[in-house]
Amino acid sequence: MAFRHSYLYSIFWPRLKRNRLALFGGAVVLALFLVSLAAPLISPYDPNAINAWKVLSPPSWQHWFGTDELGRDVLSRVLFGARISLKVGFVAVGIAVTIGTVIGLLSGYYSGAVDAVLMRLVDIMLCFPAFFLILAVITFLEPSIWYIMIVIGLTGWMGVARLVRAETLSIREMDYIMAARCIGCSNARIIFRHILPNAVSPVLVSATLGVAGAILTESALSFLGIGVQPPTPSWGNILTSGKDYIEFAWWLSLFPGLAILVTVLAYNLLGEGIRDALDPRVKR
Amino acid sequence: MTTYLLKRILLLIPLMFGITLITFSVIHLAPGEPVEMQMAMNPKVGKEARERLTKFYGLDKPLHEQYLSWVGKLARLDLGRSFSSDGRPVKDKIKERLPVTISLNIIALILEFGLAIPIGILAATRRDTWLDKGITVFVFVGFAVPTFWLALLLMYLFGVRLGWLPISGLHTLGSDSWGTLHYLWDMAKHLVMPVMVASFGSLAGLSRYMRSAMLNVISQDYITTARAKGLPERVVIYKHALRNALLPLITLLGFSIPGLIGGSVIFETIYAIPGMGQLFYQGVMSRDYPVVMGILVIGAFLTLLGNLVADLCYALADPRIRHGEG
Repeated sequence: MAFRHSYLYSIFWPRLKRNRLALFGGAVVLALFLVSLAAPLISPYDPNAINAWKVLSPPSWQHWFGTDELGRDVLSRVLFGARISLKVGFVAVGIAVTIGTVIGLLSGYYSGAVDAVLMRLVDIMLCFPAFFLILAVITFLEPSIWYIMIVIGLTGWMGVARLVRAETLSIREMDYIMAARCIGCSNARIIFRHILPNAVSPVLVSATLGVAGAILTESALSFLGIGVQPPTPSWGNILTSGKDYIEFAWWLSLFPGLAILVTVLAYNLLGEGIRDALDPRVKR
Repeated sequence: MTTYLLKRILLLIPLMFGITLITFSVIHLAPGEPVEMQMAMNPKVGKEARERLTKFYGLDKPLHEQYLSWVGKLARLDLGRSFSSDGRPVKDKIKERLPVTISLNIIALILEFGLAIPIGILAATRRDTWLDKGITVFVFVGFAVPTFWLALLLMYLFGVRLGWLPISGLHTLGSDSWGTLHYLWDMAKHLVMPVMVASFGSLAGLSRYMRSAMLNVISQDYITTARAKGLPERVVIYKHALRNALLPLITLLGFSIPGLIGGSVIFETIYAIPGMGQLFYQGVMSRDYPVVMGILVIGAFLTLLGNLVADLCYALADPRIRHGEG
């Protein structure tokens, strides 16, 4: 879609391949996919199995990451938590990218009043501390992972809209767009068939970085008890017990936090790598 | 300059209007009635009382009338009364909490800029050395650390393990009766961890930004000229390059305000600090919607104000804009 095949194979991939950090990020992202798919197979225990004899036991050979206040195996819960993070990351970013792209395309293509109104909307949305807005909306909804994903998406599209608008503004002036207009293409066709495919490459970068941001937001929400509800394990809500038992059980705080750290780091490295590989000014 | 100022201020009007509109719709278009929310806490309240409350809050009127009356009150700085049992005006509640959050964030900002600027300069002037690479690694890890996790780790290390710092609140109970110095020292100890957490969040981004701003300036012709005429490198960097590299940071200062306010929810909740973030969180948890709406609007207005001030400072600092090119 976005790239011609020759470009993908001759420029993009070789450049990305030379960036070791980006490859590391990509490998971790891939590993996370596999872990979330295979969570039921590789988890040593049922993540919700309560064991009253092993409450808050420190890491050992039986329980690598220790157990929580109900005797549940933390490693299994962390592995299952990867599923939530992945789901939230992709759905929320999917929503944000879709809204942002459509608004950016309309704003850049039509300019004038449409542009003014839409860009003011972006300015207004950027005034709200995003985390406040998310908290405020979620309060009035039933706690559910779907609402969280939707709300994170609805509050995260502004950056994408600005990027796509800027791209559209420059693409709009190109000769092939004029040619398309001359042969009588409709506005919709020009926007979606001719401009969109050329405007999405910067979106790829901000989408990758956006997944990292969405994962952080979800974990913070779950940590505050407003996100994913127990007993469903998520990295954020394991950390909530980590806080409650911080005086007795450091492992409850350490491992899920590390999982978030590594995941977010991986997405950021991959995103930066894609940015460099797409940027014609960067020579390596 | 005057026209620029006027333009900026006129632009505030539609933005403020939009902020109130979005705040209002967020609360009112969400499924579930605010009164229902309040009732859910107390099922004993009968139908009659429910109707009285609905009337009291004007919820029986059409939406646009509700919006207009809310904005009208807002213009007179009346944010309504809290739903919580004390029923105090939201304005008073915010007034006692705002200074805590703002002063905490100002300390954090000073620390953040005080660290990020030298780090950025170091990384830029020693580009591609081990130092630069080390800083880059730190920056990437810094981006990825969830602030609430950092808060927990610090709490464990300094509060539980080492026992150096208190882990919650702003004062020790009974500290009112101590001498001034002792009182302040106690407060300072309470502030160390929250300030560290608050500033760490954007330290990484800021130092990376400073690095690229510095690199950008160093590659310009006038720096080459300065070097060519034999100025010592120290003078070139700190006298010629630094001033221009600092300019974009002013804008960044404006942009960082919503993040700081938003982040205050997290550290104020964890460290039990009585600020805006904690008030908001409590409002959210008890579905106290006048408080939630009030803080949303105030938070957004503060951001708007911060951006305006940042833009003005930028214009004052940059003669290219001051003399009307921008």
